[in-house]
Amino acid sequence: MLKLSNNPIVDTSAKLAVTAVVMFAFVFVVMVPLYNVLCDVLGINGKTSGQAYTSVEARVDESRTVTIQFIATNNAGMPWEFSPTKTAMKVHPGAVNDTVFFAHNPRPDAMIAQAIPSISPSRAAKYFHKTECFCFNQQPLDGGGSAEMPLQFIVDQDLPRDIGTITLSYTIFDVTDMASNALAAR
Amino acid sequence: MDDHHHGPAKGLSRWLFTTNHKDIGTMYLWFSFSMFFLGGFFAMIIRAELFQPGMQLIEPAFFNQMTTLHGLIMVFGAIMPSFVGLANWMIPLMIGAPDMALPRMNNWSFWILPPAFLLLASTLFMEGGAPAAGWTFYAPLSTTYAAPSVTYFIFCIHVLGLSSIMGSINIIATVMNMRAPGMTYMKMPLFVWTWLITAFLLVAVMPVLAGAVTMMLMDVHFGTSFFSAAGGGDPVLFQHIFWFFGHPEVYIIILPAFGVVSQIIPAFSRKRLFGYDSMVYATASIAFLSFIVWAHHMYTVGMPIAGELFFMYATMLIAVPTGVKVFNWISTMWRGALSFETPMLFSIGFLVLFTIGGFTGLMLSIAPADFQYHDSYFVVAHFHYVMVAGAVFSMTAAIYFWLPKWCGRMYNETMGKTHFWISFVGFNLAFFPQHFVGLAGMPRRIPDYALQFADFNMMSSIGAFVYGASQLLFLYNVVATIVAGEQVSDEKVWDGAEGLEWTLPTPVPYHTFETPPLVR
Repeated sequence: MLKLSNNPIVDTSAKLAVTAVVMFAFVFVVMVPLYNVLCDVLGINGKTSGQAYTSVEARVDESRTVTIQFIATNNAGMPWEFSPTKTAMKVHPGAVNDTVFFAHNPRPDAMIAQAIPSISPSRAAKYFHKTECFCFNQQPLDGGGSAEMPLQFIVDQDLPRDIGTITLSYTIFDVTDMASNALAAR
Repeated sequence: MDDHHHGPAKGLSRWLFTTNHKDIGTMYLWFSFSMFFLGGFFAMIIRAELFQPGMQLIEPAFFNQMTTLHGLIMVFGAIMPSFVGLANWMIPLMIGAPDMALPRMNNWSFWILPPAFLLLASTLFMEGGAPAAGWTFYAPLSTTYAAPSVTYFIFCIHVLGLSSIMGSINIIATVMNMRAPGMTYMKMPLFVWTWLITAFLLVAVMPVLAGAVTMMLMDVHFGTSFFSAAGGGDPVLFQHIFWFFGHPEVYIIILPAFGVVSQIIPAFSRKRLFGYDSMVYATASIAFLSFIVWAHHMYTVGMPIAGELFFMYATMLIAVPTGVKVFNWISTMWRGALSFETPMLFSIGFLVLFTIGGFTGLMLSIAPADFQYHDSYFVVAHFHYVMVAGAVFSMTAAIYFWLPKWCGRMYNETMGKTHFWISFVGFNLAFFPQHFVGLAGMPRRIPDYALQFADFNMMSSIGAFVYGASQLLFLYNVVATIVAGEQVSDEKVWDGAEGLEWTLPTPVPYHTFETPPLVR
């Protein structure tokens, strides 16, 4: 076995100290990513994919209609006006749908924002595919500027039949100060 | 001058700079005793408020601070340090070592504790009050909605975690390297075994708790969103990380208690411990299983059914090694020449009440039933049966058992037995009715309750006051023993006691086993 010191007491202690440090790191580099991967695979906490979805042979299911509701929230201290232009849409699974969110920066100086999506019920998360989303990128706005931010999505044909309504919620964050840093997780 | 046989230094510096395992053990024990009374005082406030339905004495926000501080102080300030103190005192004596392996670190790991708890207690006087999210401090209650004092709380957890890790490294290094010649692992007293395994658990999971509070710190102050759903994080992640620490933590608390009663029951049964080997393996199995059952604390968060089933079956599996232990203790007493001095009474009290707590734990492990029990007073009753009647009773037994050996003076046996019976009745009166109100739907951590729970709550409060008051008798007995107890000079103190510590003179000299004893 690896020996860190010729003094057996120092050797034992050093190995245990290393173990403690490894366990501390384990929380950050294993537990958090592993939890996110598991939730992603199992689709259990409403996190949608951060990547654009490329569809395979879309087959529009005209027999079903699903209601999509949109919610926009400002994180604490975020001064922007931020809202969906339509609060709800009725869509067919498999069809490509477009909508637009509106944002306005009332401050005199330029700011950068990041929107974070969440799906409810969480079971629906893995059946909700965004092919284009303003949340994939950060949104800069000049002082007093406004923007219409596009969202294009497809509801998967395999959406469980008991789900009739999906709520898509966005929270917008002020990331001006840390725009260069990627956000911890999407 | 022969400087190997000097006594302790004089004055305050003896305690401040000491590297002597007995001094440090004593300080740990007094510190945890004082924390036991502080946490107990908070419990009395809780029970006074719950004496009658309706808001009686304190504001709901303050009630939340009381439940939070009571839990934190009892777990981290009273129970854990008390067993570390006992380990410091007894492990070198039991394995025939002159001191702990790392005496200076030992001093430090004690002396960072009082400032940490001073910091925690000081939050009571800060704007917004003390932390109020419960001892489990779930996010976002402990992040987004916490009082500003949460930062002090986080620092306190970091410091006491550091103290625990250093203490554990010390214990492992001592046990692995400083056993007397002939003291093989399978000859070690069970208290040493349980502490060795506990120390490994601590090294593995205290850093996880440190990680959890570090994430809280970053969420509160540095704009990350580990536990905030709005920022792409997840509050449920906090619960997973917390309980990945928290479940091993409950075995960290109870395993040394198992070790203590495994020393005491044979002594007063005048028989060898039944099934020593199986005790060791059962302890190790419990420690291993503790890592794969954490989510049974969170059945109601919305886990996949496969997850619920896995954690349910894994949890039930723990009943097997625990049952092995309980049956071994009973078999040890079977046909023994029993006598019922105070340490034995507390050990038998432990055995009976811990088993009840184990059974309610088994009830809670059943995932579909847990949806009813979850966050009710049934849970409160369950964990007080294992924490108080388990850990605290065994710790009390340990003090009565070894105090005469430490200070060469006998405690007052009548007072000790009185202490036991008042504790036993008070404890059961306090916590047994909580099973009923819990099953009937009374939620925990709420300062008010529905009228139909009034009678049981009044009984509970009276029981709690009785139990609390009986601890003052304990304090008096301990002080009176140290100051003016009847002198004992028998090496063995108890005629049935076995082990290296009983070969030393009574009271135990300041330095012991400078030449290792021979272990056959």
